[in-house]
Amino acid sequence: MCISWFRTAPLVALILLSAGSRNVTANAQQGAPASAEVKIDNFSFSPATLTVPVGTTVTWTNRDDIPHTVVSTDDPKAFKSKVLDTDEGFSFTFSKAGTYPYFCSVHPKMTGTVVVK
Amino acid sequence: MDSKTGKKIVHDHNADGIDRRGFLECMAWAGTGALCVMQGGVLKSFSMGRIGELDAKRIAGELSFVQISDSHMGFNKPANPDVARTLKAAVDKINGLATPPEFLLHTGDISHLSKPEEFDTVDQILKGASAKDVFFVPGEHDVLNDEGKQYLDRYGKGTKGAGWYSFDQKGVHFIGLVNVLNLKAGGLGTLGHEQLEWMEDDVKRLKSSTPIVVFAHIPLWSVYPEWGWGTEDSAQALAYLKKFGSVTVLNGHIHQTMQKVEGSVTFHTAMSTAFPQPQPGSAPSPGPMKVPDDQLRKVLGITDVNYTRGQHALAVIDSTLG
Repeated sequence: MCISWFRTAPLVALILLSAGSRNVTANAQQGAPASAEVKIDNFSFSPATLTVPVGTTVTWTNRDDIPHTVVSTDDPKAFKSKVLDTDEGFSFTFSKAGTYPYFCSVHPKMTGTVVVK
Repeated sequence: MDSKTGKKIVHDHNADGIDRRGFLECMAWAGTGALCVMQGGVLKSFSMGRIGELDAKRIAGELSFVQISDSHMGFNKPANPDVARTLKAAVDKINGLATPPEFLLHTGDISHLSKPEEFDTVDQILKGASAKDVFFVPGEHDVLNDEGKQYLDRYGKGTKGAGWYSFDQKGVHFIGLVNVLNLKAGGLGTLGHEQLEWMEDDVKRLKSSTPIVVFAHIPLWSVYPEWGWGTEDSAQALAYLKKFGSVTVLNGHIHQTMQKVEGSVTFHTAMSTAFPQPQPGSAPSPGPMKVPDDQLRKVLGITDVNYTRGQHALAVIDSTLG
């Protein structure tokens, strides 16, 4: 499993997501790494439910003017980001199948789910 | 709710039997820039043009203090690129009050990102206030990344648990509560069992005639749960206060004034000194609201609170920065 944070301009972020995600997942999985994106905007995760294959690296990027977090609601927590300011991101690679609910620990009304198949 | 042109709104609920219709009319007036005072059971409203008719001494009493909130030091987005400047303007406003406050309450979101330098800047600016004592409670922005450890190190001396405490000033009992930690997915603000038990014990010894002021960051009433503007277990906290004849609940978090009266309890939220947020449900999210630059100081402000012995409720006066 691999976790990373980044801070960058929006345009650079897009390039990283399309081209640079290999760097994030290089040590996690063999074969072509999969990546997916969740946008944090208007105090919500979009898509709220994301379904991905095992081995996918999911990257959350904060597009709000207010900081948010991405925190697993499982016990123990499967993943937990630091606080993400505007345009900061958090990535996590899902190496096991399952359903992973999460929320923003700063604004707990914000919830989302990653389904890994 | 303050208006774009409003300067002051006075909320003074000393009537035992508030005329609901009269109150609502007053609230409507307030929305267009009026000033409302409840005196001797009679609601009086003044248009802004007649504000001089109110004698400041009639509002002032034995104890005067000011609530400030949501300074969000470190925020630099378009809604307010210079939050230090507006906090300084708030301090100027405080220093210009006719009745100097004895102390300040800061109801949280002192910082934007819990960075040490953000707290340092706020502390430095507040040193310029005529009132030297500042009582804090944390907002969710003050406890990021470390479950509030830094906040406790800085502001938690003499407090219990995550930073809750009480103190007495001139016969008024103040209770500072923490409702921004251990938040659960899908939920609202939380006080938690340990804090509630402490609070029950804290108020047990008090006479029912003691005026109570409760202050916490997230509203202790259900303002708009869809945006998380409420506290899960606030009903339990308020149940401990049922015996008291005067309870004033002061909150921040929603960056706008809002108020509700329920029996002997007056709930009030303060403006931010940093940026406004939209009215509940009026925008896709509660994010910072950009207003024209020349309007910003009309939606930021401070809250001046006055207590006069013998009157049931405290007078709560909101003043904008410009």
